Amino acid sequence: MFIINCPYCGERDQTEFSCGGEAHIERPKQPTELSDDQWAEYLFMRKNIKGIQFERWNHIHGCRKWFNVVRDTSNDKIHAVYKIGERPPIK
Amino acid sequence: MKNKYSIFSLIKNALSGHENWQRAWRDPEPKKEYDAIIIGGGGHGLATAYYLSKKHKMTNIAVVEKGWIGGGNTGRNTTIIRSNYLWDASAGLYDHALKIWEGLSQELNYNVMFSQRGVMNLAHNLQDVRDLKRRTHANRLNGIDAVWLNTEEVKKFCPIINTSQNIRYPVLGGTLQRRAGTARHDAVAWGYARGADEMGVDIIQNCEVKGIKRNGNTVEGIETTKGFIKTKKIGVVAAGHSSVIANMAGIRLPLESKPLQALVSEPVKPIIDTVVMSNAVHAYVSQSDKGELVIGAGTDSYVSYTQKGSHNIVEETLRAILELYPIFSRMKMLRQWGGIVDICPDASPIISKTQVKGLYFNCGWGTGGFKATPGSGDLFAHTIANDEPHKLNAAFNLNRFVSGDLVDEHGAAAVAH
Repeated sequence: MFIINCPYCGERDQTEFSCGGEAHIERPKQPTELSDDQWAEYLFMRKNIKGIQFERWNHIHGCRKWFNVVRDTSNDKIHAVYKIGERPPIK
Repeated sequence: MKNKYSIFSLIKNALSGHENWQRAWRDPEPKKEYDAIIIGGGGHGLATAYYLSKKHKMTNIAVVEKGWIGGGNTGRNTTIIRSNYLWDASAGLYDHALKIWEGLSQELNYNVMFSQRGVMNLAHNLQDVRDLKRRTHANRLNGIDAVWLNTEEVKKFCPIINTSQNIRYPVLGGTLQRRAGTARHDAVAWGYARGADEMGVDIIQNCEVKGIKRNGNTVEGIETTKGFIKTKKIGVVAAGHSSVIANMAGIRLPLESKPLQALVSEPVKPIIDTVVMSNAVHAYVSQSDKGELVIGAGTDSYVSYTQKGSHNIVEETLRAILELYPIFSRMKMLRQWGGIVDICPDASPIISKTQVKGLYFNCGWGTGGFKATPGSGDLFAHTIANDEPHKLNAAFNLNRFVSGDLVDEHGAAAVAH
């Protein structure tokens, strides 16, 4: 339970948003050439980090736009918010 | 040798003011080397150590736990035990556990308070009815007791349920597994710890794993807050922190860790003598022997290791509880807590070897691991001792995410993921 600063609407309660999981998982450019291992990696394997995690959120009960959040999963503190397509402001 | 617990030992110790009870387990310092190390001193980890020493005669083993035993999800769950899962593989796995539960107190000489009070799963829409009837048939084909109850039979079995057809999600029926029930979760951890300790297993508490040492593709030992411990076999049973350990070993897992909440009410006189679960409205409730209502809520939708969980999740659950049980409307909730559950994409666990020699994972139990504790320990011990899975956990390998042989149990997992 926390506040998320939507880049389009400003600060709103987390319940207005839906989490889309880990960010920056690139969709395979040549899906037909992927091996089973590569498919498993893309579809199922996750970093599931305890600490600073990059993730996607959707302001589902607001502007309905997707964006990225940098959050510390060990204390739910949000370190940065940035739009889709932008580079992460934190390494 | 442990003294046997009995009515006589109880009387004897009562007369001496309960000051002479034997320690249930030692508190040893880690040795330099073990034949196998289990990471995680919850129910599953302790059960694994117990069966490794009992059935596979591996006694030079240790369980390392970063906190105290049973202080994680083992002591945080809602203690429900059942085996009414849909697929053959799951039915085999969970019913194996249920069969061990039935004799566990005697086997461990420790009262785990296993109570076969029945578990009822409610249906609130036509798809629920179809799915639950299908699951009942599948259960019976697998030799698992399951019956379908219509609305009147549900009301008869648990009279405090509101079966009015005028509520938002009316009760259209439900399934009942009579062999299912509950157990005292702390006692399970303590009983297995005592049993494992008796056979020589070192249970090392307050010992956090900081790293896994590999030599090429083989494990060599673990770095801990109490120093380096050498071993050839590592069994990881770290629940919500499985991915953290996997990261230390340099392997990837298909898990996401999320807070799952539960809460208990003030204690009241006996009012509900079974366990009732409702998947669709997300409310499940039973009553502890102390009289508290034990209520399970849902998971948060995002990854978090905070062991808290959000208020809106609790609100949603209590809203559903109140519609189904108007009689609880003036009860006060005493405590609320969260535990971190590691969820697999197919809502089934992983009990498996990995690509690293000597490294085994037992994880991904998600929201429903407690019920499987004895079976999980037994099968994981078999997997570690033989370096091959038992036929009952062969389907729950890590490779299923590559081969596509998923065991989709979202319907039977009860807590929506």
